[in-house]
Amino acid sequence: MSGAGPGRPLTHWQHRLAERGVDRQLWLLVPALVFVVALFLYPFFYGLTLSFQPTRGGPFSDYARFFSDSYERGTIWITLRIALPAALLNVLAAVPIAYRMRGRFRGKRLVTTLLVVPITLGTVLTAQGLLNFLGPTGWFNRILLATNLVEEPVRLTHNYWGVFFSLVITGFPFAFLLVLSYLSGIDPTLERAAATLGADWRRRFTRITLPLLMPGLATTFCLTFVLAFSVFPSAVLVGNPAGETRVISLAAYQAAYERYDYPYASAIAMIMGFVELVIIAVVLAARSRFYTGSTGGKG
Amino acid sequence: MATTTRARPARPPATSTDRRRRIAARPAAWLVWGVVIFFFLNLLGVVASVLVSSFGQRWFDTWLPDGYTTSWYARAWDEFALLQVIVVTLEVSVLVVGLSLLIGVPAAYALARRSFPGKRLIFLVFLLPILMPPITYGIPLATVLYKFGLAGHMSGVVLANLVPSVPFVILTMTPFIEQIDPRIESAARMCGAGLRTVFLRVLTPLLVPGILASAILVLVRTVGMFELTFLTAGPDSQTLVVALYYSMSASGIRAQQSVDAMAVIYTSMMLVLLVVALRYVNPTQLVAQVKDEPEH
Repeated sequence: MSGAGPGRPLTHWQHRLAERGVDRQLWLLVPALVFVVALFLYPFFYGLTLSFQPTRGGPFSDYARFFSDSYERGTIWITLRIALPAALLNVLAAVPIAYRMRGRFRGKRLVTTLLVVPITLGTVLTAQGLLNFLGPTGWFNRILLATNLVEEPVRLTHNYWGVFFSLVITGFPFAFLLVLSYLSGIDPTLERAAATLGADWRRRFTRITLPLLMPGLATTFCLTFVLAFSVFPSAVLVGNPAGETRVISLAAYQAAYERYDYPYASAIAMIMGFVELVIIAVVLAARSRFYTGSTGGKG
Repeated sequence: MATTTRARPARPPATSTDRRRRIAARPAAWLVWGVVIFFFLNLLGVVASVLVSSFGQRWFDTWLPDGYTTSWYARAWDEFALLQVIVVTLEVSVLVVGLSLLIGVPAAYALARRSFPGKRLIFLVFLLPILMPPITYGIPLATVLYKFGLAGHMSGVVLANLVPSVPFVILTMTPFIEQIDPRIESAARMCGAGLRTVFLRVLTPLLVPGILASAILVLVRTVGMFELTFLTAGPDSQTLVVALYYSMSASGIRAQQSVDAMAVIYTSMMLVLLVVALRYVNPTQLVAQVKDEPEH
């Protein structure tokens, strides 16, 4: 099965490599590898080295500059304060709803299709819609006023809540569809077996389904968190980009494209990547404590 | 614990009709459906308010606009040079889809069929661009592209958008290739087909559904990709979503409604893509690389 053509003898070391699975077919990987190295790994390490070559001061001065300025340092906390609750809410709300909908029922395809819509709309359009819908004269506030729930319009845009809602609208369907696909990957006969042994639904859920679902939930949380953590357009458009929603990606963008300080922008991007990887590492470390084997396949 | 369990007799295994009956009975089910419906109502409000506003003549402090007109579309079309923007969007998407398939499918084949030293490491390298937020690697990437003079026009936009697309093609194609029986290839080999013939005459026809699915997924993601395009695009290489962002962030200058009209054009473009996509792929595939078998 080696890729060498007939009539061309293999040299000794080619034989040795072929025994270990390295032969000419692996050339198929080369374009993709060259691509990833040139456009992902090289820029990444270029940015990393650039961040240690600031325009002023020693190698760490850009990092020191970021952490000594409370306006800049605070962006980490601001980002986490938006991204973590949004990701948690999305995943936690998705679990009972997906649990309820995991079976077959009429209109399931319709529900899942409708849920895909906000994902494809993207954050920019969601932001525009939220500005219209949740704004002081928007329908949402009109309904609240008309039903006398509030005295005056609730301020839901150009602050923390605008960004939060935009993350829920784009993030919840994402989390839901992932959780649903993980749930339908769990063998339903396991739960039926527990039912015949006398477990009620609460016990079946906490002792059977939830432990099997935990690894999937951890993955879902990570992916939702990545989406929420890099929130950029909605933080500018429906948030308050100068104050309470000045997220870290905005700080990096401003450094690069408004002050043209690429070393500093790279330093912020590196800090951003680092903070995110720390959170993901914590979640994945917790995930490895759960059962991660086969979940019995599809029903 | 045991007594509470005993108190409730075990239900028989729930069939689908049985479950439907229970949905009507439980308050928890009502709560769940209530949350879902509330979510959809708000979603509808978000989309509909843009749509209504784009057709409204004047809409200030009222439930609905004073009158209706389509003139905002004509204005948006002229003001934002939408024809050029849409052409650029299509060019970028087609190039990204084509190139990512050309680069990704052979790599997915090698990863699906072969085992070799360092395979896990290579897989991890391919996974990283999907796990990292676009802004994190987008800023260093844009810096590098500007350094080589590639950013600011279309080649930079295409290159930047390829970064998450190629790994995405690899991840979606690998399970497709794994499920093709390797004995088919062996048979073709035995009949004298070389690697290229196996690829073009045997594998590609079998892979058409998979290639189509991942092409459409990449297309949807590229049209909707904001961050990378935003960081690398020049004035004449903006895609629709970036142009929309710029018109929104400078919304004081232009009428709100013409921005809304542009947003509707973007939405309808995405919806057309979505309807096409859903004919070929499962909704879960739009968000994940999990291959979901049709449930029986």
